[in-house]
Amino acid sequence: MEKILLLGDEAIAQGAIDAGLSGIYAYPGTPSTEIMEYVLGSREAQQQSVRSGWAANEKTAMEAALGMSYAGKRAMVCMKHVGLNVAADAFINSAITGANGGLIVVAADDPSMHSSQNEQDSRFFGKFAMIPTFEPVNQQEAYDMMHYAFDVSEKYGTPVLMRITTRLAHSRSGVIRKPVREQNTLSLPKMRNQFILLPANARKRYKVLLENQDAFLSDSEQSPFNIMHEGKDHSLGIIACGIAYNYLMENYPDRDIAYPVLKVGQYPLPKKQLTELYHSCDELLVLEDGYPVLEEQISSFYGLGKKIKGRLDGTLQRDGELNPNKVGAALGMLHAETLAVPDLVAARPPKLCKGCPHIYSYNALNAALEMHSKGRVFSDIGCYTLGALEPFEAINTCVDMGASITMAKGAADAGFVPAVAVIGDSTFTHSGMTGLLDAVNDQSPITVIILDNATTAMTGGQTSSATGKIEDICEALGVKKEHVIVMNPSPKFHEENMEVFKKEIEYEGVSVIIPRRECLHTAARRIREEKKIKEIESMKN
Amino acid sequence: MKKDIILAGVGGQGILSIAAAIGTAAINEGLYLKQAEVHGMSQRGGDVHSDLRISDREIASDLIPEGKADMILSVEPMESLRYLPMLAADGWLITNTNPYVNIPNYPEIDSIMAEVKKVNQHIAIDANKIAADMGSKRSANMVILGAAAPFIGLPYESLQKAITDIFSRKGEAVVNVNLKALSEGYAFAKKLINN
Repeated sequence: MEKILLLGDEAIAQGAIDAGLSGIYAYPGTPSTEIMEYVLGSREAQQQSVRSGWAANEKTAMEAALGMSYAGKRAMVCMKHVGLNVAADAFINSAITGANGGLIVVAADDPSMHSSQNEQDSRFFGKFAMIPTFEPVNQQEAYDMMHYAFDVSEKYGTPVLMRITTRLAHSRSGVIRKPVREQNTLSLPKMRNQFILLPANARKRYKVLLENQDAFLSDSEQSPFNIMHEGKDHSLGIIACGIAYNYLMENYPDRDIAYPVLKVGQYPLPKKQLTELYHSCDELLVLEDGYPVLEEQISSFYGLGKKIKGRLDGTLQRDGELNPNKVGAALGMLHAETLAVPDLVAARPPKLCKGCPHIYSYNALNAALEMHSKGRVFSDIGCYTLGALEPFEAINTCVDMGASITMAKGAADAGFVPAVAVIGDSTFTHSGMTGLLDAVNDQSPITVIILDNATTAMTGGQTSSATGKIEDICEALGVKKEHVIVMNPSPKFHEENMEVFKKEIEYEGVSVIIPRRECLHTAARRIREEKKIKEIESMKN
Repeated sequence: MKKDIILAGVGGQGILSIAAAIGTAAINEGLYLKQAEVHGMSQRGGDVHSDLRISDREIASDLIPEGKADMILSVEPMESLRYLPMLAADGWLITNTNPYVNIPNYPEIDSIMAEVKKVNQHIAIDANKIAADMGSKRSANMVILGAAAPFIGLPYESLQKAITDIFSRKGEAVVNVNLKALSEGYAFAKKLINN
């Protein structure tokens, strides 16, 4: 079959479609966004009526996917690593309910934090939930794993986790497709009460999960993704997880590696192969892109046994993503001298686009807050987080989705008034609404600024669940109508907007200000699309 | 055959159109390809790069090792220097000379060009001017690709075909402008090598 060029994310999407997917759920988050985007743009997915579209957040997405699995069909839910924190309640409990139709949870990790606030490793979540976890080495394997992972999910009636990292998610390579598989028909779970996690049922279901652990292990030991490559030199044995295997092989252009290598792509850890490697080698080197998950599991707490080298003993840097050079250095290879970056090269941090509406919101807000001491603006996750940088330096926090409103509330509760929250429209419906309800119920004196650019901008302009609903939501949550104020964040209205901010900041209750103007990129794209539609229509006439 | 290319620029400058042209040509030639891109935060006017690897043998890493890149292809002069540690001793530095100034401390362009000239094998081309002279400012990227074409290791015709494929949706006029831009850059580089 013909090779098609796909990003790792796209390979996962195409693999799922070809494996008989019935629905995909997701909230945008780098580096996972392109999985859903690919399905949204796929004609095949449309023809096969695969459900697609953005959810309000990762938890609602996870639950909807679980519901589709309950109904017997194959479902997938995709998110960035920190999104799995949001979905964690549903995710961990789905391991107890089990799955009916195949259920794959995709978490895209971001070691080195290219576009994230931490580099947590989702394999921990897989272990925590005690479910089979997959980690592809390349785009082709990412594609192939979808068929396989749906099979494992349906064979054992369990959700499975697929973990990738930024470099695979956003790297393109040739992929060969498999024949397309039919979707499942509707069916109810075999045990009619397995999804009712009352303690009496949950205890039984937990035992089922525990009993399944042996089967998960034996599946791992026979997995086509866990491969032992023999080597003659047993002074060292190497364990390489996911794309770390590529960085290892890059150091051997002729693939003539002398050490035995265990390539790991499926968890729980393949105990049989690991034990064999341990006993046959003098010491082990563990290569994994992310936390030392595997290394920690096989290292003795008391330092007994053979030497295990990796991120914990300092052979590899403890943080940051791996690359061919780091792995080469861990193998004692000398690094050739390279040119240096000239001193004159200046840092070029990302910034708000020229003419971005957030610029004018921040200019007016900064002016309104001039009379108060610094440190009063609690912000959130989105393009507007760039307001932390020069020349604005307008915000003081950015922690997790929705934390702006609740942290402002906590600070106001402590007596730090005025306290201002700045949050985007999509982030508000993701996780800001419940915090606003808390503030209303407590009558906390906070000013909430919902920057409404009618899109999820930072991840590339996906549909926002909030569009057209923000005032209604705020009023329904109990914010007084006269304190829900829409403004136009334009330099023309700078003075006027600053006065509105000042007045509402003075108000000793919850007020919501909504600076509203469409993101420039989204607007440009919308205008292009509208023009295209008009052209097509005029051709028809 | 193996070519490891670092594509460099500023978010929004469209380095991925160059990647798409080289990638399409490489696939048409039956070569292996891996191309790591940057999505997300840095796309907002920050420095961006893409690791593009083509080879007649299977490629292991999505990332190019330091000191192994055969070429740095940059649409912005200061950005071309940011990746010098990636460049092999006999590698080519090919850069646009037109600065993209969106930071207050952007260095003097003359000092930047002095650093570019320190690299043994380099081509500096004012792609914006060439593209503007052609009446198509937007095709500067294809001018730079043209200047790199003699060193990419792919037949020139193959790049032409890739550009035709990629832009065909946008009509014949767009295809022709981009092919012209490619040939202008190509002629510029050829002239430099022959002198």
